[in-house]
Amino acid sequence: MKIGIVRFPGSNCETDCLEAWRVMGAAAEMIWHQETSVRGYDLVVLPGGFSYGDYLRAGAIARFSPVMPDVIRHAREGGLVWGICNGFQILTECGLLPGALLRNSGLCFICAPQYLRVENAATAFTRAYAPGQIISVPINHGEGNYYIDAAGLRELEEEGRVVFRYVTEDGAATGAGNPNGSLANISGVRNRAGNVLGMMPHPERAVEQLIGGEDGRGVFRSILTGKEE
Amino acid sequence: MSEAYVKVTLKKSILDPQGGAVEKALRQMGHPVEAVRVGKYLEVTLTDGLSRAEQEAALEEICGKVLSNPVIEEYAFSLEERL
Repeated sequence: MKIGIVRFPGSNCETDCLEAWRVMGAAAEMIWHQETSVRGYDLVVLPGGFSYGDYLRAGAIARFSPVMPDVIRHAREGGLVWGICNGFQILTECGLLPGALLRNSGLCFICAPQYLRVENAATAFTRAYAPGQIISVPINHGEGNYYIDAAGLRELEEEGRVVFRYVTEDGAATGAGNPNGSLANISGVRNRAGNVLGMMPHPERAVEQLIGGEDGRGVFRSILTGKEE
Repeated sequence: MSEAYVKVTLKKSILDPQGGAVEKALRQMGHPVEAVRVGKYLEVTLTDGLSRAEQEAALEEICGKVLSNPVIEEYAFSLEERL
């Protein structure tokens, strides 16, 4: 499986991603945002960070980077795209995923471990998890408050496109389990075809006990096993 | 030269916690404030030689596709001729 991680000016989680793939036994490569082709890659990762300083809106300028038209082409042709944090923001800005990410409702930047519930364990990104499994994965964002209009939300729910939800330790998707005001506690969504995932939490920061846990490994394992089949 | 003054604001249906915080602070200071919404203001200088219609078309494109995110924001602009 060929994995590429796009590095935008201002990305700051791309090396963590590279290291996480290494830990999981896969080699990944960096793709500079000025490249105009992602041909040959099976998976394109849009990493976390502050691309273009989050100027204008998080992800608003990165979506016009030279590499993005081909990332969109790759996605439309069924190639895997995984946006983490800023990568999720870029995916909503460029229209590969619906909705938008607003300022956290409490106005604070949050960097903390967060419980998530795997809402859909039948995706290319989550099949290594059990349905409804509770995992702990760090979040690290100031603008992760997921918003979508009522019709869009209904569509996401009906089509099983909410992949992760913020929950309490015992798995309740309540206000107490919601760190940033996201609508319906949504922390990750996929596109209709199922080959594009965007999520605010950082699984790449949860692949080793040394850094606090291994609950994020499931996403990596899901992607890797899918390819072997 | 033409200068465009662009305002980008969150849609009324979108909660604006930042505006809410400013509003609360102003009220705490005793100011007669009912509500505050925080938005963005941009000044865009256009290149010369465009007709008014071309300027407006360019601005619609700029505002609708780049400066605002239609999922959560709306925009308004005014154009001024500068000598």
